[in-house]
Amino acid sequence: MALLPVYLPLTETAIDGLLLVAIGAGVGLMSGMFGVGGGFLVTPVLIFLGVPPPIAAATGANTVVASSVAGALAHWRRGTLDFKMGTLLLVGGLGGSGASVWVFGWLTQIGQIDLVVALCYVLLLGSVGLLMFAESLRAMFAKPARAGLGKPAAAKPRGHWLRGHWLRGLPWQMHFPKSGIETSALAPLLLGIFIGVLTGLMGVGGGFLLVPAMIYLLAMPTSVVVGTSLFQIVFVAANVTLLQAVSHQTVDIVLAGLLIAGSVVAAPLGARLGAKLGAARLRVLLAVLILAVAGQLGYGLVERPDDLYSIRFDLSAPPQGETP
Amino acid sequence: MRRLTRALLALLALAVPGFAPAAKAQPLVADLSSHLIAITTGFAGTELLLFGATEGEGDVVVIVRGPDSETSVRRKARVAGLWINRDEMRFTGAPAFYRVAASKPLAEFVPPALRQRHQIGAEFLRLQGPADAAQDEVAAFRAGLLRNKEAQNLYDPEIGRVSFLGPRLFRTRILFPANVPTGAYSVEVLLVRGGQVIGAQTTPMFVNKVGIGADIYDFAHDWAVLYGLLAVLIAVFAGWAAGAIFRK
Repeated sequence: MALLPVYLPLTETAIDGLLLVAIGAGVGLMSGMFGVGGGFLVTPVLIFLGVPPPIAAATGANTVVASSVAGALAHWRRGTLDFKMGTLLLVGGLGGSGASVWVFGWLTQIGQIDLVVALCYVLLLGSVGLLMFAESLRAMFAKPARAGLGKPAAAKPRGHWLRGHWLRGLPWQMHFPKSGIETSALAPLLLGIFIGVLTGLMGVGGGFLLVPAMIYLLAMPTSVVVGTSLFQIVFVAANVTLLQAVSHQTVDIVLAGLLIAGSVVAAPLGARLGAKLGAARLRVLLAVLILAVAGQLGYGLVERPDDLYSIRFDLSAPPQGETP
Repeated sequence: MRRLTRALLALLALAVPGFAPAAKAQPLVADLSSHLIAITTGFAGTELLLFGATEGEGDVVVIVRGPDSETSVRRKARVAGLWINRDEMRFTGAPAFYRVAASKPLAEFVPPALRQRHQIGAEFLRLQGPADAAQDEVAAFRAGLLRNKEAQNLYDPEIGRVSFLGPRLFRTRILFPANVPTGAYSVEVLLVRGGQVIGAQTTPMFVNKVGIGADIYDFAHDWAVLYGLLAVLIAVFAGWAAGAIFRK
């Protein structure tokens, strides 16, 4: 039984407010600990609670804004934020997220939004989780001293496509003083577009993708990666929130507010907890968490559903009744 | 509590002859404890009391219907090992909310023709599927629609109980869950004797969001750009505040 039922005006049902604050706190703890926005957890949990997927994704993006602002500000103060790189990622990201709202509407229309969102989650979370798991185990057992959060042991073979030479070698070479690297301006732009589309579809900031992509594909130094990724996530998630609110009215401000309240309080605790645990162990934990979410969603796709029939969620809301 | 007292007073008015002279002339009178369900921020479902009186013998059926809407039902199929939405069918005439209550098991006093005419019981709802589709397909999608509505607690396969207090007075409780759809409802009360409807009354009812929840809903729809900006601003402010706390 709900302890403190709160009616969510756009979701059009009541969910326990304390439960939502607790979920927010859980996500905040994760984001403080691992330096990710935590969107990849919010959206599936909301869907599990019975929130329609379009509302879960749009409202998830809104909560990501809050957690990434907090993180980006901290990095900006520490000077670990590459504005030039972040701006290029952002330009791509805004384009990608703009397109994603359109793609989102279209997928909802043809009824495949649940499938695409679930597939994105399973494939991306699965591969990132596996890479991270293998890499952090290697780091933990090989050279425990050199591991820092988000700092891979760089064990990929040279010339492998995952090393991103093809991407960095594109035209429009540019120098990035903060990161101290030379790369094609197209590389962060393309990466931004890709992450922007995912943000819109999945309601995630994309931190769990952007951080490894910047390290492996752009060869940026780890110190500026987290801050720069958070910087661009702020704007991309804000853009998605705005676009979804305007075109589909799927941002539930009450739902977002409760989640944000929990996450804002818990994020600093998470950061402190994270500092105690140590980087390599943290990455193993994050990898396990990511794999668990991916596994759960993947199982949902291949398992025969309880009911093959479902009622389509209508993006246009039902009319308000007239008061007599 | 006050609402209940008012309801009981009204019930008394119906019960005492002369107290409510209008009741005498009709075979059936009924009313609701409230004609408006107000969805406030703390709304977690509610219950209305329907009460009334009958003139002479008979049994009572109560049918509660939410606003009709076009409903799309989808069916998943296995494609390359994954269960994905494949076929879709649209139905008209599906009420957003539907409940039936009766004073006796329906089979004992309502003939199928009557159930058909008054759409008594979910299996008798006039759901209009596509005309060109195969009959068994329409039936399968229709059953899927009903199952989903039941799972969402919007339809109830159980027939509610209308209880008689003495020979004339009856009452029933209608439960509305937290996810009750908004809109104009109708509550139809039938008095059935010998397989015939000898008295009928339809009462309107409304489910509306009120207060902050309604304002937010209207704001989100009428001022979508401002609403989106506000949502972003709240999040930015919360994040900034968290950062400020974090620095300490």
